[in-house]
Amino acid sequence: MTIGLGHYLTVGAILFTLGIFGIFLNRKNVIIIMMSIELILLADNVNLVAFSSFLGDLVGQVYALLVLTVAAAEAAIGLAILVAYYRNRGSIAVEDINLMKG
Amino acid sequence: MVLTALFFYLFAGVCIASAFMVIAAKNPVHSVLFLILAFVNAAGLFVLLGAEFLAMILIIVYVGAVLVLFLFVVMMLDVDFAELRQGFLQYMPIGAVVGGILLVELVLVLFTWTIGPDVQQAIATPAPPIARMLNTEALGHVLYTRYVYFFQAAGLVLLVAMIGAIVLTLQHKPKVKRQNIADQIARTKATAIEIVKVRPGQGL
Repeated sequence: MTIGLGHYLTVGAILFTLGIFGIFLNRKNVIIIMMSIELILLADNVNLVAFSSFLGDLVGQVYALLVLTVAAAEAAIGLAILVAYYRNRGSIAVEDINLMKG
Repeated sequence: MVLTALFFYLFAGVCIASAFMVIAAKNPVHSVLFLILAFVNAAGLFVLLGAEFLAMILIIVYVGAVLVLFLFVVMMLDVDFAELRQGFLQYMPIGAVVGGILLVELVLVLFTWTIGPDVQQAIATPAPPIARMLNTEALGHVLYTRYVYFFQAAGLVLLVAMIGAIVLTLQHKPKVKRQNIADQIARTKATAIEIVKVRPGQGL
């Protein structure tokens, strides 16, 4: 009944897989793809914090904090690109984003 | 101990179930709301792990700012989401194959790993016991001294992201009238008014 490191790592692994699965499943909807990336980063954070807690080392939590920062920046930039693209094209279909190829 | 296990299974179960609903929900607004639920439950897991500061950051910054930003964008863009869902089942097999392979690999790693014998010597910043120092305080002691450059770099990343987001979304509409203070100050009596003598009985 005791909850060990393996339990948390299992949660992280399932969340990571769901994130990857979401990217493949919603190929056309870029908003859901970004949410799947958020899920992947959350799985990373669960793993980092679990190792940090069970090994008694604070570096994992510092690193999780940095991952959170980068994830927030990525979400802001991604949504800004999405809004700019929607203004230009009037849609957010992913397969239309190939106009710049040479 | 039983209570801890109970809460772990509660948080983990709700987290995974809502993460599944994020990628399976028909409406993207529901997806964002399920993502919020997943993050709140992950914050519960962090509290169980003793990382209270990260749990609160996850709720305040992530749920409060980033996911609400997602919600704003989803509601702002007037997109036919039903059209975007076409081909949902078409991508199911390859997604299932890749996800299945990944999950099998992760499970194989999960049940065969061991912690190396010299890990205890390699710990750079040991966490102080909770009786002496709370998690937030300990993290602050480490973050602002030993990892201060990483902290500054994180701040720089946020600054660049902020500038980038503003530059990407700022637009100057030609029809909008804006106040031009230099023009206003540069007006003189000669350019502003004109005295016209109008004789009686005649118009201008």
